[in-house]
Amino acid sequence: MMADKRMTADEVAAELSDGMTVGIGGWGSRRKPMALVRAILRSPVKDLTVVSYGGPDVGLLCAAGKVRRVVFGFVTLDSIPYDPWFGRARESGRIEVTEYDEGMFATALSAAAQRLPFLPTRAGLGSGVLKVNPGLRTVRSPYADGEELLAVPAQRLDVALVHLNRADARGNAQYLGPDPYFDDLFCLAAAKRFVSVEQVVETTELTRLGPVQSLLLSRSTVDGVVEAPRGAHFTTAVPDYGRDERFQRHYVNSAKDTDAWPVFVDRFLSGDEDDYLSEVDKFTQEGAA
Amino acid sequence: MSHTATRADVVIVALAELFRGDGEVLASPMGLLPALGARLARLTFEPDLLLSDGEAFLLSASGVVEGWQPFRRMLDTIVPHGRRHVVMGANQLDRFGNQNISAIGDHARPVRQLLGVRGAPGNTVNHRTSYWVPRHSKRVFVESVDVVSGVGYDNAAKAGLRFHDVHRVVTNLGVLDFSGPDHSMRLVSAHPGVAPSEVEDATSFALETAGAGVTREPSAAELALIREVLDPKSSREKEVPS
Repeated sequence: MMADKRMTADEVAAELSDGMTVGIGGWGSRRKPMALVRAILRSPVKDLTVVSYGGPDVGLLCAAGKVRRVVFGFVTLDSIPYDPWFGRARESGRIEVTEYDEGMFATALSAAAQRLPFLPTRAGLGSGVLKVNPGLRTVRSPYADGEELLAVPAQRLDVALVHLNRADARGNAQYLGPDPYFDDLFCLAAAKRFVSVEQVVETTELTRLGPVQSLLLSRSTVDGVVEAPRGAHFTTAVPDYGRDERFQRHYVNSAKDTDAWPVFVDRFLSGDEDDYLSEVDKFTQEGAA
Repeated sequence: MSHTATRADVVIVALAELFRGDGEVLASPMGLLPALGARLARLTFEPDLLLSDGEAFLLSASGVVEGWQPFRRMLDTIVPHGRRHVVMGANQLDRFGNQNISAIGDHARPVRQLLGVRGAPGNTVNHRTSYWVPRHSKRVFVESVDVVSGVGYDNAAKAGLRFHDVHRVVTNLGVLDFSGPDHSMRLVSAHPGVAPSEVEDATSFALETAGAGVTREPSAAELALIREVLDPKSSREKEVPS
């Protein structure tokens, strides 16, 4: 009997416990597993360490008080530079951070994926990254050059959450857009791996939909598959849909205004995923009217 | 059409000049004006530059996809391999070219959270880096930056960085390089209509201005490309008003 790994977003959230280190795939406001993030917002879990090429996933989790620490190289909404909730969490001193260079961040995940204690790089040397992370160490090349390099420690994850375009029920998952981001690396670095997708299809469909190189995740690195149509909203999941810029602006304007934020939460985040999508549809229709 | 260049036109040519001599390297201009500058350079004196669409595709000058460069490839190989010239922004910049885009104030509890260091540490230790500052002011050009994101010459010397190469800074007032004593910042040229003293007054640290020239005016052919091909809607004028 082949494993059927299909589950719901709420079942994924129930796999998390307080204090866990959770890696979130995508990049900025691009292909973020937002349906899984929304399920975490509905759950009682707290004190998470969030490891992310950050976008609104980080902002929303900060807004809900789920975050103890963020491991990041940036937090941005791409078309809007700053996420107001991440800014507020930092400026109020409510969260701790591990701030890395973007390349160091990938190096840390690569070391974890390869089960190495660290990997060497030049990125970070001479910069404030060493000052704000006093635990970082350098290593000297044992060869004739003797160069001193930064030893980036492995960033292991308890859980990885990623969103792709298609998968089969066994966890072979496919991206159909231009960029895989680092989603396979997040999964390789994690003890438990959950992928949400726009659509679960038969395995035979996958290579009809795209070239074999688009099969980013092997089922051996996936523990759960969630069918979540528009599960990256309001970030982009091209070619299924682009970023919902109007909604993102609404998120930012609401997040900037402490009076408007409860209204946003009440309307969009107080129900389940179906309620969310139906309110988003109404919001879109209001904009078109 | 007027043959007089606006400040934005002069800036775009100065940004294009950053890439002169680069040959077949990836140009990574961050922001509208650096992107216009890079495209102008490719259409004129640097035809072999590589440019992306801002996402995962490399596009030729005629808009044809000529390559694939997702973020993973950028960080794993393109940046460390070094055949790249990035033009980044800067919330703060000091006399040795240390740049901050991370946070203002104490990092543990910043007064203002910015983007984060992003790729600035890796860029500056691996390949040529230039900066674009649309509003030259004492708030940007500071005595010392709060969080060193892009590495300057003093810190690069201490860390023994072999591939460090901070090239130039283009602002709305002029062009600066690091040919002063100990690789400190020096005014190369002030834009037409800007006195070197104006640049000094907008800079917190003592700026070497002796020998500064005047930034060159765009040629008629460059003006035509900027106005008719690269930016017919004049978006550049909003970023750098004349």
